[in-house]
Amino acid sequence: MNMLVPQRRRLVIVGNGMAGIRTLEEILARAPQDFTITVFGAEPHGNYNRIMLSPVLAGEKTFADIVTHDRAWYADRAIELIAGEAVVEIDRTARMVRGEHGTTRPYDVLLLATGSDPIMLPLPGAKLPGVVGFRGIADVETMLSYCRPDGRPGGQPESRSDDRPGGNAVVIGGGLLGLEAAHGLSRNGMAVTVLHLMPTLMERQLDPVSAGLLRADLQARGIAVLTEVNTRAILGEDHVTGVALADGRELPADLAVMAVGIRPSIFLPRAAGLAVGRGVRVDDAMRTSDPAIYAVGECVEHRGAVFGLVAPIWGMAKICADNITLTADAAYVPAVSGTRLKVTGIDMFSAGDFSGDGAEAIVFRDDARGVHKRLVLRDNKLAGVVLYGDAADSGWYFDLLKTGADVAALRDELIFGPAVAGGTGGVEALPDTAEICGCNGVSKGKILTAIAEHGLTTLDAVRARTKASSSCGSCTCQVEALLRYAAGADYDATPKVKPMCQCTSEGHDAVRAAIRDRRLKSIPAVMHALGWATPDGCANCRPALNYYLLCAWPGEYRDDAQARFVNERMHANIQKDGTFSVVPRMWGGVTSAAELRAIADVVERYDIPTVKVTGGQRIDMLGVTREQLPHVWRDLNAAGLVSGHAYGKALRTVKTCVGSEWCRFGTQDSTAMGIALEKMCWGAWTPHKVKLAVSGCPRNCAEATIKDFGVVAVDSGWELHVAGNGGIKVRVTDLLAKVATEAEVLEYCGAYLQLYREEARYLERTAHWVERVGIESVRARVVDDAANRAALHERFLFAQSFAQDDPWAREAAAKQSRFADLATVE
Amino acid sequence: MDNVSRNPSTVMAGEDPPSSTVLTACGKSADGDPPPAMTQAAWQDVGMLDEIPRQGARTVATPHGAVAVFRTQDDQVFALADRCPHKGGTLSHGIVHGHAVTCPLHNWVIDLADGRAAEPDEGCVRHFAVRLDGRRIQLAVPA
Repeated sequence: MNMLVPQRRRLVIVGNGMAGIRTLEEILARAPQDFTITVFGAEPHGNYNRIMLSPVLAGEKTFADIVTHDRAWYADRAIELIAGEAVVEIDRTARMVRGEHGTTRPYDVLLLATGSDPIMLPLPGAKLPGVVGFRGIADVETMLSYCRPDGRPGGQPESRSDDRPGGNAVVIGGGLLGLEAAHGLSRNGMAVTVLHLMPTLMERQLDPVSAGLLRADLQARGIAVLTEVNTRAILGEDHVTGVALADGRELPADLAVMAVGIRPSIFLPRAAGLAVGRGVRVDDAMRTSDPAIYAVGECVEHRGAVFGLVAPIWGMAKICADNITLTADAAYVPAVSGTRLKVTGIDMFSAGDFSGDGAEAIVFRDDARGVHKRLVLRDNKLAGVVLYGDAADSGWYFDLLKTGADVAALRDELIFGPAVAGGTGGVEALPDTAEICGCNGVSKGKILTAIAEHGLTTLDAVRARTKASSSCGSCTCQVEALLRYAAGADYDATPKVKPMCQCTSEGHDAVRAAIRDRRLKSIPAVMHALGWATPDGCANCRPALNYYLLCAWPGEYRDDAQARFVNERMHANIQKDGTFSVVPRMWGGVTSAAELRAIADVVERYDIPTVKVTGGQRIDMLGVTREQLPHVWRDLNAAGLVSGHAYGKALRTVKTCVGSEWCRFGTQDSTAMGIALEKMCWGAWTPHKVKLAVSGCPRNCAEATIKDFGVVAVDSGWELHVAGNGGIKVRVTDLLAKVATEAEVLEYCGAYLQLYREEARYLERTAHWVERVGIESVRARVVDDAANRAALHERFLFAQSFAQDDPWAREAAAKQSRFADLATVE
Repeated sequence: MDNVSRNPSTVMAGEDPPSSTVLTACGKSADGDPPPAMTQAAWQDVGMLDEIPRQGARTVATPHGAVAVFRTQDDQVFALADRCPHKGGTLSHGIVHGHAVTCPLHNWVIDLADGRAAEPDEGCVRHFAVRLDGRRIQLAVPA
């Protein structure tokens, strides 16, 4: 051995969780070469962000998303990771730890970061399979295994007490963790009941009014909440079947989650003879009663307090690292921390002491918006904050709270937030060392440096670069404020997206992207993946999802008739009296004696009251009853007439003039062009109805310049016009391009319609779509980029190969019972 | 819906339905007024559950006019007069979501359990007692 190499000290860390690894990072930042390091972890993984388990349970993130340190991270730093082996003994005399599989490692410095365990109430039946805590990824996996429709693991499926495919879950504990567990299980299809001992939910974070709003919000999401209930026993023989309450009620349950709290995990330090109280006792330097052993995180007791949130733990990690590396003689001072519930769509924030004893409260309440804000002042300083329903200003209030600023001057307007009260306390005024992101320990200075060095202009870019605001999101508004401050006019605020409907907070574009990128292939899969607030959507989102899925997965997705508006489900237009109108297709507006005779016969045979020529050059039969529909279709089919899709968000008509074949002014055969277009496009499902027209000369008798896709013949070829509309607000088309041949007309039309199908939002006409994205953007992709045009056209034809199936023929051939009454009772 | 049972052991075919659940006009039962035409209704088989698609409806012709029988995603059944309280739209043609149906004419949302229109609309449609005996659908229509 080369004696010139200084002997490294041996550091052993027990606990491969957030506290231990954060301390390790702080140590490496201060003294990268000082230690030979071994990390023991009981879980068989690298380190992951435990506070993000709730989004994993809710299906919003995957386990891979929340892994913060994979095995390569340890290997790259020559750190020995012993994962999957819990340490069972500390020999303080020999300065040695021993793992459960017999691995021993000597130490000079030992760091305990063993965290906490969920409190499992000692109820009868508490050890039954199906009773879980909510602490680690293994618990999440266990819970998710109960959410599958094929039944609980190891149980008898027929014995399940289910109303929902996922069965019943009872969550004991209505605090932060319990409610996040309930939300996740509910989103995975379980019928969830939350039991809470206290009169109001989250009583340590919320005042009674906010707690009431939260309860109503959870119930609106289908989560049942029972307060002031005491659990008496977990029921079941070989598996949980129910939960019995002290008042005699029994709730069916396939899964019981205990989320009544955590307690520091101190088996190891206690056995080693270290001083312990509720947690392992540490001094201000994070040192235990043995000076060679330090402790951080949820396992510690510091000045009589124990910890359950992440922000104070980052503070401990710094102090601990300062002392272990001897860089500073630092002392830990507990800081106030804020709480936010990670339940999609519920915006709340709580910090400090809000109980209001001996203090003054300022309260704002807007029942219509479900907003409640309560500020508690003591000695002209903000002592506590509860924001429910609108927590956008949480960062500003939290700053005032942490810094202990005098708010006397702001008092009148304080409740309205920085936009009104403003001025003094913005994030710009904070020192560079101020921590903005508590989850990832990112300071203001680090964020500003990243913005400046990399020219960041969006929140996502800052998240990717610094990790700030990428975990719980509670500092998002502060990061945005820093972006506005640092990037100025370059700051690209994410536009506020309008939700698709009340069932979701996602906008149309995000839903479509998820369908495509996450390969979602059914309506329930989309609702599950994106956390729909309703069990099976509503009359707004279901038709939209059905269309998006049909468009994304041609030939693969099975159309859901029950997600279609009545007209598309019945292949006819409902009228005010409940009867229907029937419009057969007339290709290019051309018909024949045989077709007209067949229509006349049908009208007489079924006594159809009204026959009307439509604006789209076809014939409409009005007043057909539901029972008559399949018969009418069968008779029309026999004469070669097929569905005109006059009822659909689909290709409607192709209106034409007679063109050069008859007209003395005609320059091209517009009728044949129109028929060719209609033969290519019929049957296509589109975001909204689509109407085409072809005029044989610039006199434009087919009115092509107020159509979704209009073609006007000129001497040298064809003008292609798009995005016209003759409805409530008339919009004249934009000229897309001028082409020479019929083949080009067909290709441009197919490509244009496919772009519309793929990009427009459901119920957005081409006029509105083009106004939104700009005609230039459409031209760039359909006209200028020939390869893209060909690809779009090819995708259109591929989709059409599945869509061109006459629904009338299909229905007339199938069992027609759905058109008849189920029964008649006298 | 206490008049819908999914447990065959508690349903006796031919048993008289409890009179208070046979037919309710909106707002009446809550006030304690006796609903009209309460007597002599008997459960009648009107078809099998599988004859109605999930999230769908079928109609039954009755002396009171068409009654729409709905099957929800969770396989519960409900029965309402097939006339929206707004403009008489055929509710049987609406999109069924949760325990509600959206009328195809003007998008009123009607609660399947009690026939009430969701706010801000105001109105109510008669609802009828319906239950499952195994997979058989039984409707009680007053004479």
